[in-house]
Amino acid sequence: MADKNGFFDLSKTTLSRRTALKGLAAGAGLAVAPGFVRYSQAQSSAPIKIGFQSHRTGIGAAYGRWYEKTTAAAVKAINDAGGINGRPVEVIIEDDGTDPARGAEVVGKFASQHKTDIVFGTLFSHVVIGSAPAAGEAKIPYFVVSEGHHVASTKLNRYVFQPGITDVKSQIQSMAPWIAANAGKKVTQIFPDFAFGYDHRDYLPPALKAQGADVIAQIAIPPTESSFTKYFPQIPAETEVIYHVMVGPAVLTFVKELGEFYGSNRPQLFGFMDSLEATDINSPGLEFLDGSHFWEGSPRYAQPDDSAAQKAYRAAVGIDDNGAAVGDPKDVSTASHMFGCWETLYVVKKAMEDAGYKGPEDRAKLVEATEALTEFAEGPEHPQGPKTFNGKIHQCFGIQNISKVEGGKLKVVHKTKIEDGLYEPEGDYTTQAL
Amino acid sequence: MHFGPHLLLAALEGLVTSAVLALTALGLSLVFGVMRVVNVAHGEFFMLGAVLAWAISTAISGHPAVGFLAALVLAPLIVGAIALVAERLVLRRLHYNPEATIVATIGMLYIIQQLALTFYGPEARPVEPPFTYRILLPWFGYSGYKLSVIAASALLLVATWLVLTRTKIGLVMRATQYDSETAQAFGIPVDRVYAGVFALGAMLAAIAAVLIVPISQAHYLMGQDPLLLSFIVVIIGGLGSLRGTVVAAVLIGLSDGIISVFFSPTLAKIIATFLVAMVLVFRPHGLFGTASR
Repeated sequence: MADKNGFFDLSKTTLSRRTALKGLAAGAGLAVAPGFVRYSQAQSSAPIKIGFQSHRTGIGAAYGRWYEKTTAAAVKAINDAGGINGRPVEVIIEDDGTDPARGAEVVGKFASQHKTDIVFGTLFSHVVIGSAPAAGEAKIPYFVVSEGHHVASTKLNRYVFQPGITDVKSQIQSMAPWIAANAGKKVTQIFPDFAFGYDHRDYLPPALKAQGADVIAQIAIPPTESSFTKYFPQIPAETEVIYHVMVGPAVLTFVKELGEFYGSNRPQLFGFMDSLEATDINSPGLEFLDGSHFWEGSPRYAQPDDSAAQKAYRAAVGIDDNGAAVGDPKDVSTASHMFGCWETLYVVKKAMEDAGYKGPEDRAKLVEATEALTEFAEGPEHPQGPKTFNGKIHQCFGIQNISKVEGGKLKVVHKTKIEDGLYEPEGDYTTQAL
Repeated sequence: MHFGPHLLLAALEGLVTSAVLALTALGLSLVFGVMRVVNVAHGEFFMLGAVLAWAISTAISGHPAVGFLAALVLAPLIVGAIALVAERLVLRRLHYNPEATIVATIGMLYIIQQLALTFYGPEARPVEPPFTYRILLPWFGYSGYKLSVIAASALLLVATWLVLTRTKIGLVMRATQYDSETAQAFGIPVDRVYAGVFALGAMLAAIAAVLIVPISQAHYLMGQDPLLLSFIVVIIGGLGSLRGTVVAAVLIGLSDGIISVFFSPTLAKIIATFLVAMVLVFRPHGLFGTASR
């Protein structure tokens, strides 16, 4: 078959500039025409954008990485089940360097540049406190997973929520009876010298006093410290329990040096898992922790009585029975805290659905819908356990685990009840203007 | 705890700090003294030493001492090689211009730090000490390994001193430090001396890091404190003075240990910084430095 006219020969058909321009103009006109289909489509199926303020670098980096993994797993689960209000969820990550000033900038960037619907995911309390004013100013809901008492203290603002993890004041109050009854009555506290540590410094003494026990010494350690032996002589000789909560990259050194200092002849130890998050408890030098107790938000090691929801959550995030990444036993998770990311995202989903959330113009509605929540039932969306939520102080309340180090694993020996951790609200965010 | 044992603990802690600090600061001081450039990335060579020590000791199975000794030999060599490459690629091309070098080494600091974050990760990882002997004193227990760090550091300092004062390499280095132009005129390959000194400085930092890493873990941000303290030591001790560096390191380490045990760590830092200010005002060339000609 001969193509005599050269019809199929592309080299011969010259596309004139005029034609090209016409085509382009027509296309452009169609795209910007009011009522064009693509636009109305965008209203319903454009993703919900969640700005994730992540500690990718700085002293919180190990937490940040696991917060990202947990968040990715939760978002995948939410999207696989149809998203939020039928719209997919998209997470945009910005690194805050675990730094309060940078944190505030990141919140601003989410609000004005990425135009995300909410900001989410912050752990370190000084970053939360530093970023909260920026969120309030931009009137963008700010869901933190921090465990500090700052949100519940009602000293931040109406846009800050902590619905996925309990706060330190509640944790301490619910565990103090166990400490006084099982560990000892004379307690020395060792804590990091910044906001999160101050929650422990301020709330442990009254909580223990109520149980007939006393804090006999309080030792504050700068968060960037890398050697700790020099602080140990401050521990009074009559100490029965050392209550330790440390954060940052030097936590392992802290526990090791405590071991070298005391050897087997040590007081009882009660620690917050923060002292060993992302650290293998079977690391060399930690043998002396055997028999000591830890607070755990969500147990690192799989427990015999784990619920189906807990098992499904662990599988989705990709941690094995020892709380390490599946396939890399050395990559230990921050299990005590990261479940909060999972649960917070489901709270956001619930609140957005209750509010009929459509876009940033509905942010105030989202705040009110979140405040209206009261209870989260245990299940796939809340694998750590059941929780109640106080909309006036933007804080959830739940159960705490006390675990014992036994044979190189952490075994949950006591679970507190939600009521153990309830306290009188110190204020009311709902009276603030939106 | 009574005053006596308390002071003993403070002094021991201070000596460990001094030992590591002396090695790190000596590296900075050599580079400073011979090349007349400020290496802001010095702390990152320290960090690299620790990170490599972790990598090497985990790659080698068997008794922890084997992995540790391998790390003690290999990590400084690798860090030295990296420093050599950095010197060839960056410092030489800037003709060792003091201002340009500061900016360039700040860049190197961030590059090395971020590469460590990317390839090593944000975790603090432990290295097993070659031996775990716990010395039991009547009042408290103390890590035998920490005492061995003091001894190892003292040996290395003596070795460095011997190299500087008794060997031809040392003579060449001192000649370059004294007057690089005249040294060149006398046929000393100043270029190669510079490269060698830069690598040696980084290696000293890496050795210090390998020694400290079984005590405090390897972490990608661990280079910041040693850098600051090394600067303090070098300024107090005097540029390029080995004796000054060691004396200042012991002074800063002990005062840091003792003041932070009896008072507060913040006060220790305040005093160290104050000392720097005083030295800069009253003896700008340091306690043992020679005034620039």
